[in-house]
Amino acid sequence: MTMPQRFGPYGGRYVPETLVSALEELEAAYETYRADPGFIAELDTLQSDYAGRPTPLFFARRLSEKVGCRIYLKREDLAHTGAHKINNTLGQILLAVRMGKKRIIAETGAGQHGVATATVAALFGLECHVYMGAEDIRRQELNVFRMRLLGAEVLPVTSGAGTLKDATNEAIRDWVAGVENTHYIIGSVVGPAPYPTLVRDFQAVIGRETRAQILVKEGRLPDGLVACVGAGSNAIGMFREFVDEPSVRMIGVEAAGMGLDSGRHGASLARGVKGILHGSYSYVLQDEDGQIQEAHSIAAGLDYPSVGPEHSYLKDLGRVEYQSATDDEALAAFQTLSRLEGIIPALESSHALAYLLREGGTKGGRPHGFGSDDVVVLNLSGRGDKDVYSAAAALGVTA
Amino acid sequence: MSAHKDPASTGHPAAASALTQVFRAAGKPLLMPYAVGGYPDPDSCVEIVRAYVKNGADLVELGIPFSDPLADGPVVQSASAAALRRGVRLADVLRIAGVMAEEGVRVVLLSYLNTILAFGPERFFDRCRDGGVLGVVVPDVPVEEATDLRATAGARGVDVILLAAPTSTDGRLARIAQAASGFIYCVSTVGVTGSRASLRADLPGFVARVREHTELPLAVGFGVSTAEQAEEVAGYADGVIIGSALVDMVARSRSLSEGLAAIGRFVYRVRSMPSLSR
Repeated sequence: MTMPQRFGPYGGRYVPETLVSALEELEAAYETYRADPGFIAELDTLQSDYAGRPTPLFFARRLSEKVGCRIYLKREDLAHTGAHKINNTLGQILLAVRMGKKRIIAETGAGQHGVATATVAALFGLECHVYMGAEDIRRQELNVFRMRLLGAEVLPVTSGAGTLKDATNEAIRDWVAGVENTHYIIGSVVGPAPYPTLVRDFQAVIGRETRAQILVKEGRLPDGLVACVGAGSNAIGMFREFVDEPSVRMIGVEAAGMGLDSGRHGASLARGVKGILHGSYSYVLQDEDGQIQEAHSIAAGLDYPSVGPEHSYLKDLGRVEYQSATDDEALAAFQTLSRLEGIIPALESSHALAYLLREGGTKGGRPHGFGSDDVVVLNLSGRGDKDVYSAAAALGVTA
Repeated sequence: MSAHKDPASTGHPAAASALTQVFRAAGKPLLMPYAVGGYPDPDSCVEIVRAYVKNGADLVELGIPFSDPLADGPVVQSASAAALRRGVRLADVLRIAGVMAEEGVRVVLLSYLNTILAFGPERFFDRCRDGGVLGVVVPDVPVEEATDLRATAGARGVDVILLAAPTSTDGRLARIAQAASGFIYCVSTVGVTGSRASLRADLPGFVARVREHTELPLAVGFGVSTAEQAEEVAGYADGVIIGSALVDMVARSRSLSEGLAAIGRFVYRVRSMPSLSR
């Protein structure tokens, strides 16, 4: 049962030769341990006792009334460290320990994946270095402090625009140099094979729990799933379980930033061109010479100029609809959910919400197209505490 | 000791490519300096390549600037970024390569894959062939991903240069050797490009391990930054690639003439080392 390296034409392993043996080693370790009862039991125990899984599936009554369909929120914001990122880092740290790696590295944008990585490194007593763009360090002071508190070293990256893309380059360069004793915990369903598969599998717990929970609450599968898509790990984690259920409509929402035509967005699927970034073939924001462009989103976690290769494939297949929401729409949704349900969502997750809240559909309805009896699960991938300062700044108030 | 095999003894099934023949005809290890294409500007880049050749370079490697060069260290990164800021494009580097080849310089390009994909692989290798480029190193394409590229390039008589690393298993080295043409680029350090105080102790062993799998010439690069290191490598390899050390000299110089003088002196000194001057 060799893992596929590609999703249709997408994915692959476009990295320097120095890394290929390490990727082969990782793939072999994952092949072994994903079927290993001891590994599965240890991960299950950590997911429940440490990360707080299963996360609740919450019926959002007031939001449902506003949006015009039955909306459930999958509460990944309640997982330990405040987002779905912990699902992946727990799985990968167990692999790293079994491979005998002594040092962990990671890249981070907003700092959520960096915090989730620093957390599991602390739990297992491993050395942890997190690469973070200098610009992001400035914007996300709180998460930088959390990582340092957890014992990680945060390494500023000044190349490029000093954001997630550049931090990822630097993490890969570190890995090339330290590959013999280092494991790279990549934060999303991107990078060279086997990462997109491995991260997806660790995130697929979101969809598995959702299926079981909705069957209890509604006695049937949902009619729709909505999730935000930056690089795409929370969305794949939700969608994976339902890809083969044709009755389930799936919607991924990208960051339209200041508008798709502004050139300042993170909508790789809407506006990208097929190419290579960080080791895999996917849709990439690039200029006509193949130089990678900077992405933009008010949500740092969506500020990435490419997307997981499996999303590119699902787009081409037409299995998932990919939509987008602007910074302003996300900011409005951020406030709406806070007031309607007493839940402050991450700005990333607010993009998914913004799609459901959008007005101006045909016949006076909303463009989402769901009827009042339709059951829709929105993946609330993270909590918004980290975003209150940037939201306050964008709203022109003092936090 | 000579690292060179008698051409008659090669068991390589395919006829040696033009690039392989450059190594075989030399009778000594080749000195292969690298320059970031179009850096610090296209005209100066031409002068830099001429200075390499005038002072004894046998073959020149020209890098195509890319926004996200993940196999490169800080020196090549910042030179590439500077070239891009000046508006240098792939077509400019191809033009420089063409001018150089016309002057009799043997040229190999280095390009990350995305740049080639955006330009169109067929168009890219057409231009390489027409411009006299002998081969292209693509540092983010390992052997498993190289099949299409090799076919497109091979149909035009251009070699895709594969890399081998100290971390490559013997199984991988066999696969690389099977698919390689031109020469094999042996990565001398586990890491990105850039100067190192010393070479890996196991470098000769690594090169010997690659040689067990192939009759093709082996060039060593990534971190070779002094004449002494070049001499050491020339003792067991067929080519020595020096990149970041030279790019850094250009970056640090206050004027083009100062930079040209510095790289000229350095290349001449390397060329004068015993194993490289035979």
